[in-house]
Amino acid sequence: MLTPADQDPTYRQFQQRFGPTIRARLVRAWGTALSVALLFVLAAVWTDFAPDTILNGLPRVGEYFGKMLSIEPSRGADPVPVLAFGHVFGGPKEPQSLAYWFYRIDVYAALLWQTLQMAVLATVLGFAAAFVLCFPATASISRPRPVVFLIRRLLEVLRTIPQVVLALILVWPFGIGPLAGILAMAIHTTGGLGKLFAELNENADRRPVEGIVSAGGSWLAQVRYGVVPQVLPGFFSYALLRFEINVRSSTILGFVGAGGIGMELKRTIGFNIYEEVSAICILILLMVVVLDLTSERIRHAFIGRMQ
Amino acid sequence: MSLRLADIGQAEIAAQRIRNPAAFGAGFGTKALRWAMALLAVSYFVYLLWLFDFDRLFTGLPRLWTIVRLMLDWSGFAEWDHAELLRSMLETVAMAYLGTMLAFAISLPLGFLGARNVIPARVFRFCTRRLFDGMRGVDQLIWALVFVRAMGLGPIAGILAICVADTGVLAKLFSEATENTDRKQTEGVTATGASFFGVLRMAVLPQVLPVMIGQTLYQIESNSREATILGLVGAGGIGLRLSERIQINAWDQVAYAIVLILIAVALIDTVSRWLRMRLIG
Repeated sequence: MLTPADQDPTYRQFQQRFGPTIRARLVRAWGTALSVALLFVLAAVWTDFAPDTILNGLPRVGEYFGKMLSIEPSRGADPVPVLAFGHVFGGPKEPQSLAYWFYRIDVYAALLWQTLQMAVLATVLGFAAAFVLCFPATASISRPRPVVFLIRRLLEVLRTIPQVVLALILVWPFGIGPLAGILAMAIHTTGGLGKLFAELNENADRRPVEGIVSAGGSWLAQVRYGVVPQVLPGFFSYALLRFEINVRSSTILGFVGAGGIGMELKRTIGFNIYEEVSAICILILLMVVVLDLTSERIRHAFIGRMQ
Repeated sequence: MSLRLADIGQAEIAAQRIRNPAAFGAGFGTKALRWAMALLAVSYFVYLLWLFDFDRLFTGLPRLWTIVRLMLDWSGFAEWDHAELLRSMLETVAMAYLGTMLAFAISLPLGFLGARNVIPARVFRFCTRRLFDGMRGVDQLIWALVFVRAMGLGPIAGILAICVADTGVLAKLFSEATENTDRKQTEGVTATGASFFGVLRMAVLPQVLPVMIGQTLYQIESNSREATILGLVGAGGIGLRLSERIQINAWDQVAYAIVLILIAVALIDTVSRWLRMRLIG
């Protein structure tokens, strides 16, 4: 027969030895959970985040998505789903067909192409600037400490200022259009890539550099023949990753007037052209997914070459 | 056998060149291809510069310089509305915290449901994964715009936008973490006759919790950066103040707000690094 747990000597011994530790851990866990919850309530009060507002608003969110996926076949008629089985492959004049939903696909495609090219140019410009800045920002190959420190801080500031804010500011001197968006992305890319590049440089093998130093090579020669050949595949891999990020962000830079598909998206949201909003969102998603898959392939090739 | 440099004549070099052409540098064809590729890349680059009117860069630079000069002039510092700016900065951080914590609460069950070793049905897993992709793929700013339409102007729209976009990120990460857990502990707890939830609580959760806390802290960090711009579409926070000040060309206060953002981001980074050390070790 089993004795009750609190009379079992083994159990009591266990409690004596580990009881305080277990209790301390429990107290700590509950303390953490409570402070997280308290902070949550504080933040909710601060931002007027009340449950009833949300509950009242949530149906409207559902409504909004419903509207995005339905159309009025003619003015004032009852809304119907944006696609219907019998009409999917109908012409652009037939409601509930793909062609009717995406009837402005030529405009969207041109804008998506522009968005993509904005991202390409911004990535190239940012890559170039980061390439120049990353070597003086690497402690292991750059001699003067203040230079390393200053360039590191500069890169930090460049990548912390939100891209959209940068675009908003740059729209003033450079006018509404893609140029401001490209520059904003390029600046942000410089900050982001510069840091990653400097880290790659830091991790590069020192031996080639030492070899060039002992042969009397200049600083430029050390960088060019000692570091660059090791890190270049890594640089390209990061640049591709950054290109993906830039494609995503170039779709929203249009919101502040910096060109690309974002301007069109903001227009359709502003004018409540629901079915066009969903059409653009789907196209953006498609583009992002296709690019992600392609660049993943290419990146793996680069990483393979690095190892 | 020793080889002396003086013994090698032109004839041997010529013979080697025929036998091993690749050792003497790239051939004409490869070189021409390389040059053609470089030329193509450069001309595409120049075309892009032309396409996006990069000559405007030079007409715009003096104006940019004017703006930068105005940004650096902080002589009116005492008269600025510090309370409003600080309040909305705090609101931004609160939005990021609320949105991320809500996303954490939603992703916790969703992450388990999306994991292969919890629910083996392939169709179900495919659907949850695509759902996460969709939530993540649409940018936070677009979500904010949609929620502003549905819930009205204010931080609530921003919080929900952060929450939805973040649920996509966290749920994916959580389900991946759950899939990477050690099976031995799960089997051990199952062998004691524990229920489904008992297994999750005692075998899976202890393994994934450090990963979850780390990811959530990181998301709070990155969301407080992102939340600074949600105000631009009317979803609360410092972004609204920033865009107001840009519209009235109060560049000195724009610079001040940006400095505030930089300080807040640096502070949050420090705090979350400390918390990560404390909680995960």
